Amino acid sequence: MSAIREAFVDEPAFVPYLAVGDPNAEASIEYIEALCRGGADVIELGLPFSEPIAEGPTIQGAVVRSLEGGMTPAKFFETVSRLDVDVPLVCMTYYNLIHRFGDRDGPKPFVERAAEVGINGFVVPDLPAEEAGPLRDVCDEYGLDLIFIVAPTTRGERLERIMARVSGYAYVQARLGVTGARANVSTQTTASLDRLADWDIPKAVGFGIKTGEHAREVVAAGADGVIVGSALVDLIAEGGEAGDSVGEVADRLEAKARELKQGALEGRGTETSAGTGTEAEAEPRARPERK
Amino acid sequence: MSDAGTFGEYGGRYVPEPLQEPLADLADAFDEAIEDDEFREDLDFLLEHFGGRPTPVFHAGTLSERYGAEIYLKHEDLLHGGAHKLNNTLGQALLAKRMGKDRLIAETGAGQHGTATAMVGALLDMPTQVYMGTTDIGRQEMNVFRMRLMGAEVTEVTRGSAGLAEAVDAALEDFAADFEDTHYLVGSAVGPDPFPRMVREFQSVIGREAREQIQELHGELPDACVACVGGGSNAIGLFHAFADDDVAFYGAEPGGEGPDSNRHSAPLSGSGSAESEPQQFQGMRTEVIDEGTENHSVSAGLDYPAVGPEHAAMAELGRAEYHAITDDEALEAFRELAESEGIIPALEPSHAIALAKRLADEHDTLLVNLCGRGDKDMATAAELFDLT
Ligand SMILES: Cc1ncc(COP(=O)(O)O)c(C=O)c1O
Repeated sequence: MSAIREAFVDEPAFVPYLAVGDPNAEASIEYIEALCRGGADVIELGLPFSEPIAEGPTIQGAVVRSLEGGMTPAKFFETVSRLDVDVPLVCMTYYNLIHRFGDRDGPKPFVERAAEVGINGFVVPDLPAEEAGPLRDVCDEYGLDLIFIVAPTTRGERLERIMARVSGYAYVQARLGVTGARANVSTQTTASLDRLADWDIPKAVGFGIKTGEHAREVVAAGADGVIVGSALVDLIAEGGEAGDSVGEVADRLEAKARELKQGALEGRGTETSAGTGTEAEAEPRARPERK
Repeated sequence: MSDAGTFGEYGGRYVPEPLQEPLADLADAFDEAIEDDEFREDLDFLLEHFGGRPTPVFHAGTLSERYGAEIYLKHEDLLHGGAHKLNNTLGQALLAKRMGKDRLIAETGAGQHGTATAMVGALLDMPTQVYMGTTDIGRQEMNVFRMRLMGAEVTEVTRGSAGLAEAVDAALEDFAADFEDTHYLVGSAVGPDPFPRMVREFQSVIGREAREQIQELHGELPDACVACVGGGSNAIGLFHAFADDDVAFYGAEPGGEGPDSNRHSAPLSGSGSAESEPQQFQGMRTEVIDEGTENHSVSAGLDYPAVGPEHAAMAELGRAEYHAITDDEALEAFRELAESEGIIPALEPSHAIALAKRLADEHDTLLVNLCGRGDKDMATAAELFDLT
């Protein structure tokens, strides 16, 4: 079983997101380590792209700060290679950057380098499942996961096509719109989880989760994990504006992580999730089966 | 995705998952509507009685002598609103109504598309919100006033370089959050499928009319069609009806301070265009200006860093040629048309006029899309030509 999938087996997973390089690479390393101390099970590392079409203002702000700080794919990989954490890492970025990396065309150089620095999988919001064949093949070659977003609007044939290509976990988008921390947990979430209930793959819900209470509700509704981005990015942005030290912001992130992880645990009660399947490393990652 | 959504290796529907299904629904609704006689009749009726179609083709005699080739102008500047934009906004707004949507959103650069959207919003009684970058709000103030007067809400977009590309991003975000009630009325032949082919369909009335009209006036087809290319809607609208004819196509891209300078918006003809790789940009795979180039044109309607996917494909196939026209060349043509014919073009089609001037040695008869009038550009002209 892949390390990413493993992270969902025993208890509901807490999956934080942050943009690497916001506001600089050194701070990101501290923040990622703080999130791990706070209970992160998988980390989504944003590699900033100048045209982030799925992101709300909060994450766009992080992307801009990171790009202004000089972040590039090469620096991103270099930063990730210096991380000393033992949770699986997911790189979240846009297909232009993947396609145009290195001296050869196509996704291979990017995936190869990612595997080298210890990245375990990818989420690529602007790459539809229909167009993901080449990236999926290269991920299989290196034994990496490819995660897809399932939206409230994803049904029928589209859902089947995504399920034919996804591995690791399904990123269940809790609501329509762009990323952003919002106050209430949507009923669209329940509907999406219901549609996915038949598929044997961890379901991690993201978009709008901000507090331990949200995390609890989402897990109680059947999620195997919670993805939290904007609420953490806000702490980084506020700390930056107030001129707080990296250590102070790291402490806040750690505390927030604890709150979110605790909420997720409370949402589960006593149940454990039904992760199945065993594979050797560097095998193509199994696609989910209908239960 | 159906093949209909791609043009060779260009086009497609590269949008986040939540927009996939809504765009597929839009594509289905569009395919159905254009086969429906009643939809066609409603659209044609409004194009005629509200829009003022057909617009004439005019033989620009003095300019022809001056340039040394027969120049015919397709008068889209005479369409209601002062540009070709209404063809598209009427078509899409009727489609939106048919789909049961009750709100329109749009992006705008020069403000012409925003204005044409505000016009149909008022006409069809649909609340309308227009996203416009700060830079453009500054230089196209009249259009902001026009939009507001017709009841549209103009939302300022301040992010990034605060231009057309950022306005598209803001509109896409709005659409992603609210597509059940809202139609995103894309203003050019760009973006994810079905927009490029839908905008082409609604704009192709330009070429259908012009093809008849020029044969009546001139006795035969022109040697070439010439149009300016921002996203490429007026150009594809002119070219499409001539696709199977022995007629050359020329697109005038905004060459800004020169195609080899680092300030232009000419992805097909500017610096780096020869070796560039297609990119995914705003939901489509297409050509985009290279990273070291600053997006710039004297004309607010042309400074878009990418180009519609069908133009990228036609360039690749050699079916159309794209040339960079500098700010200075466009301004010169702007003045020449005003002086010789008593027609003040918008700065956008001034690029097409300038390209026709360059092509006069090669072709005897040129049909140029005069896709907008110059009223909106008077402040710029007054300053540059010292008219005050
Ligand atoms: C008069 C006029 N012409 C041309 C354009 C460029 O658009 P397109 O290339 O889609 O025709 C604009 C855009 O605002 C315009 O206002």
